[in-house]
Amino acid sequence: MNVVVCIKQVPETTEVRVDPQTNALVREGVKSIVNPVDENAIEAGLQLRDAHGGKVTVITMGPPQAEEALRQALAMGADEAILLSDPGSRGSDTLATSYALSQMVKKIADVDLILCGKQAIDGDTGQVGPELAERLGLPQVTFAIALEAEGGKLKARRVLDDFYEVLEVKLPAVVTVVKQVNDPRHPSMRNVLKAKRAEITKWTLADLEADPKQAGFDGSPTQVVRVWPPEKRSGGKTLEGSAEEIAEELAKAIKEMTLAAG
Amino acid sequence: MDFTFNEDQTAILEAVREFCDEELAPNAQALDEAACWPGASIKKLSELDLMGIPVPEEYGGLGMDFVTWSAVGEELSRACTTTGAVFGAHMLAVAPIMMFGTEEQKQKFLKPLATGEKIGAFGLTEPGAGSDAAAVATAAVEDGDHYVLNGTKIFISNGGEAEIYVIITSTDRSRGARGMTAFVVEKGTPGFEFGKNEKKMAFSSLPNRELIFTDCRVPKKNVLGRRNGGFLVAMRTLGVGRIGMATGAVGLARAALEAAVPYSHQRHQFGKPISSFQAIQFMVADMATDVDCARLLTWRAAWMKDQGMPFEKEAAMAKMYASEAAMRTTTRAVQIFGGYGYTREFPVERYMREAKLFEIVEGTSEVQRGVIANHVLRELKQ
Repeated sequence: MNVVVCIKQVPETTEVRVDPQTNALVREGVKSIVNPVDENAIEAGLQLRDAHGGKVTVITMGPPQAEEALRQALAMGADEAILLSDPGSRGSDTLATSYALSQMVKKIADVDLILCGKQAIDGDTGQVGPELAERLGLPQVTFAIALEAEGGKLKARRVLDDFYEVLEVKLPAVVTVVKQVNDPRHPSMRNVLKAKRAEITKWTLADLEADPKQAGFDGSPTQVVRVWPPEKRSGGKTLEGSAEEIAEELAKAIKEMTLAAG
Repeated sequence: MDFTFNEDQTAILEAVREFCDEELAPNAQALDEAACWPGASIKKLSELDLMGIPVPEEYGGLGMDFVTWSAVGEELSRACTTTGAVFGAHMLAVAPIMMFGTEEQKQKFLKPLATGEKIGAFGLTEPGAGSDAAAVATAAVEDGDHYVLNGTKIFISNGGEAEIYVIITSTDRSRGARGMTAFVVEKGTPGFEFGKNEKKMAFSSLPNRELIFTDCRVPKKNVLGRRNGGFLVAMRTLGVGRIGMATGAVGLARAALEAAVPYSHQRHQFGKPISSFQAIQFMVADMATDVDCARLLTWRAAWMKDQGMPFEKEAAMAKMYASEAAMRTTTRAVQIFGGYGYTREFPVERYMREAKLFEIVEGTSEVQRGVIANHVLRELKQ
């Protein structure tokens, strides 16, 4: 089974700072990592490959330094890595990103399955996976917590707010996974060393025969009107004492809050 | 002089640190309380190619050097001293087979050790032979294609769990150190059994068992090095072992420092964090300097080994200094934690108990001083 895993390099911290002038995320001095749930997508791809043969190709779109994220995927055991880096991709929203990724997937031969993490910790949209499926005209399963491949089909268990859903799709398909799908492996040292020396294929939009109007700023209808950091929460209050005392104080506090809210 | 790691070492250490933070450190306290062999952690070390770091690739190792081995060991010990100790004790079987093994022995024993498929241990200490290593009484008597071993080893780290043992015996007691022979003995060999597992002040999950040999027949092809050349095998192994113990001590000392400093910021007395008091600051300064001195001595000894230079004195210095630095640093960490440091709520009381081991095993501090003094007195004689 040939699997393509789409990954994103994101800033490590979950305490994102916003530049008040530009409304953009401050990335200076923040370490870049593979989006955490994308590691689960890589692991899911590796497990399917290990069970059914084939290969895992990891792709990403980003600045040249996104190569580091691909090397980490290679260290985990991915077979190939492709970076789409092109100044024309700058400012891509999810629509332009899914366009670029779909062009990449089309250029890769014999793809049976495309895996994505359910969402990235920086933008948190969760849109790229589903959009990619639409672009490619493939069936999609989102929020997968378990995957099982058999004879050209894939059975996936989806985790939703109040229930699970088991879907069967014909391959090729696009699947987004949640964190609970697996426990990503730590890279072996042999693979760490191999990944450092590995050749990373680099593509530009021209290599993909991509329509420049659908890429980067031009292909991105989303307008970010304003970005602001969330309000700082106060530390809260710890109640102490016996169970009765705590219950009484808690009830009083809730009453006061309810009254205050009118 | 270059104190930086190359790109390969940096990448490896980064990956190891992540593994340690996510897999080892969160379980270290529970592992110690459970008093059980850390099999799951050791299996992971094998999967990550960490059990044969300085072993050539052709024998299943990573083909890196002892400096890298030591730097990795420090990370392991910092996260989980027990895992670090198993990692160190394993090398006591890897190193002598690497240094003295025949091609056949390397294929048969070094490969599974280097991949971590099998765990190793080293048996020298006996009830009557500790600091006086030449007093080994376990006898090996030639009998056809075999040697017959009789005797008891004690305190053997990884004993019982390891599958490949390097055992130091006496083949000619009248010749003392010149009558000792090293063997590779596999677990399961008839006549090779395990006795009691010591209950210790700390390191409850690290087995230190008796190895009992009763008419145990070991094939001659398992002689490691030359017949009657066992003392050399033992000394060379202990040289590497000293770097290993120093490494573990550095990791432990660092763990104590890294526990104490955040606590000193967080703990308030007299309306201020205790880190603002000079009494605490001076302790922190001494601890940090101790960690650095110990590490630099350790890396120098490892580096000299990698260069093929004699490193006996330097390894003894590193082992002596690092173990005493670990004792001082962990004691100070307990002091900084105050009453809480004496409780089992925090790991520093365990660190302090663990530190004492390092001043005793693989040559006590006194033995190390003896080795160092011998070298210095010889080097500087008129």
